[in-house]
Amino acid sequence: MMKFIIAIIKPFKLDEVREALGAIGVAGMTVSEVKGFGRQKGQTEIYRGAEYSTNMLPKVKLEIAASDALAAQVVETIQQTASTDSIGDGKIFVLDLVSTTRIRTGETGDNAL
Amino acid sequence: MIRKFACAAGALGAALLAAPAAWAQEASQAPVVEPVTATVDKGDTAWMIVATVLVMTMIVPGLALFYGGLVRTKNMLSVLTQIIAVASLAMLVWVMWGYGLAFGGDANQFISSGKFFLAGVTADSNAATFTEGVEIPEFVFIAFQMTFAAITISLVVGGLVERLKFSALMLFALVWLTIVYFPIAHMVWYAGGTAATTGLIYDWGALDFAGGTVVHINAGISALVGALILGPRLGYKTEVMAPHSLTMTLIGTGLLWVGWFGFNAGSALEANGSAGLALINTFVATASGVLFWMLAERAMGHKGSLLGACSGAIAGLVAVTPAAGNSGPFGAILLGAAAAVLCAFFVVSIKPKLRLDDSLDAFGIHGIGGIIGSIGTAFTMLPGLGGPGAADYDLGAQLGIQVLAVVVAIIWAAVGSAIAFFLAKAVTGLRVSPEVEREGLDLGEHGERAYNY
Repeated sequence: MMKFIIAIIKPFKLDEVREALGAIGVAGMTVSEVKGFGRQKGQTEIYRGAEYSTNMLPKVKLEIAASDALAAQVVETIQQTASTDSIGDGKIFVLDLVSTTRIRTGETGDNAL
Repeated sequence: MIRKFACAAGALGAALLAAPAAWAQEASQAPVVEPVTATVDKGDTAWMIVATVLVMTMIVPGLALFYGGLVRTKNMLSVLTQIIAVASLAMLVWVMWGYGLAFGGDANQFISSGKFFLAGVTADSNAATFTEGVEIPEFVFIAFQMTFAAITISLVVGGLVERLKFSALMLFALVWLTIVYFPIAHMVWYAGGTAATTGLIYDWGALDFAGGTVVHINAGISALVGALILGPRLGYKTEVMAPHSLTMTLIGTGLLWVGWFGFNAGSALEANGSAGLALINTFVATASGVLFWMLAERAMGHKGSLLGACSGAIAGLVAVTPAAGNSGPFGAILLGAAAAVLCAFFVVSIKPKLRLDDSLDAFGIHGIGGIIGSIGTAFTMLPGLGGPGAADYDLGAQLGIQVLAVVVAIIWAAVGSAIAFFLAKAVTGLRVSPEVEREGLDLGEHGERAYNY
């Protein structure tokens, strides 16, 4: 089995997290810019008196497929690197990953990671 | 090639050598034929051509970007299209019947008549300036005034964006220019042969250096009437309608400010001290507007914002327009401050409580700023404030005239624009369908997007 790790982090933490994950042997990841909300409140914008409160905040979503052996270390690394000790630092979700296939070669499982 | 140039240069040299003799001859004859003739100065002409082109930059791209930045991404292109199209329409209408109705010739106090399709105007025709005996080429005057008509109708768009049909805007513009803009321009600026043919408001002695009533009150009131007839945008006050690019709005503000030097200093019609006074006033009133709008925001419990700074710049520019050559620099600073604070108070504190969707604050800034500027010009004339009024300047009398001019402009613009809007509504339906409004006018009205990435 493998794990699929989804992490929602603060955008400015992305480079730091990427470097830290590279150092422990994570070979690839997918990154998207996303919006969402959790416990952190949104911001209020005012344009000439028209007030808009945005409850969706910009975050970065990382998707990483990892072997079982590495998964716990990945989660720990992201948690430690992305934390600023303040509300809105994000969350990490771990899912069981059923299969992985490398499109170029057709390799599957851990070999495809 | 080189030989040809040499020959040409030789011929030119000969002509130049011969010229002084010809001039001397003319000079010796001149006093006999005509003791005082009007002269056209090349410096004045050059300045007025530059000023005309500067006003053009206020419209496209200045106002187009200023307004465009303030709407949502899905309507950006429609605003740009509306501005370039409506300004172009105004230019053609101006040379067909606009100049004729505003400045074409003596008829009555409300309208001119003559020179339709510029009949009789040639490169040798001249137009009067404010100095006896000094004239500028009439084509330059026609072009300069043309840009004023073009920007005024473009300003009205600010109250109507994100929901008005393109066809409705074009039809409205055609009618509005004819029954509102041309008569008011005539009333405020046309000096006829007699009092009975001089513009009504000009005849009263109202001061409007560069168009506080003609341009700003006129456009602001018309935008207000249009916004009321159109109704608010779908989702007004419930959905986020934040400006899509304040960067564009800043660029537009800068172009408007630069172009406004042509607008205000050009309204002197000569390259002289009056133009210089208008120039410095257009700097300092605007600077004052920028800072005082931001201070007003702070006073109302908000942060000093870029949109506030840009809005303050426009409020200052609008207010100093009628006062440009009728104020000292410190009077202009006070006027810019007053306009910025009062416009900010209306836009930030009062408008949100109304069900009025004057979307880009064409009324809130041009209407209110224009009224403050036009009435304030009575005060900036005061010698005590550094104004150019004479020692016996009668503030009370001038104030009465200014207020009366403002009232006439408001009523004329309100009634005329209501007629033009209802006419456009009867023919085109005025407003896009709710589907188009939700999808955005860019695709719905023009089949394009402003941004593809």
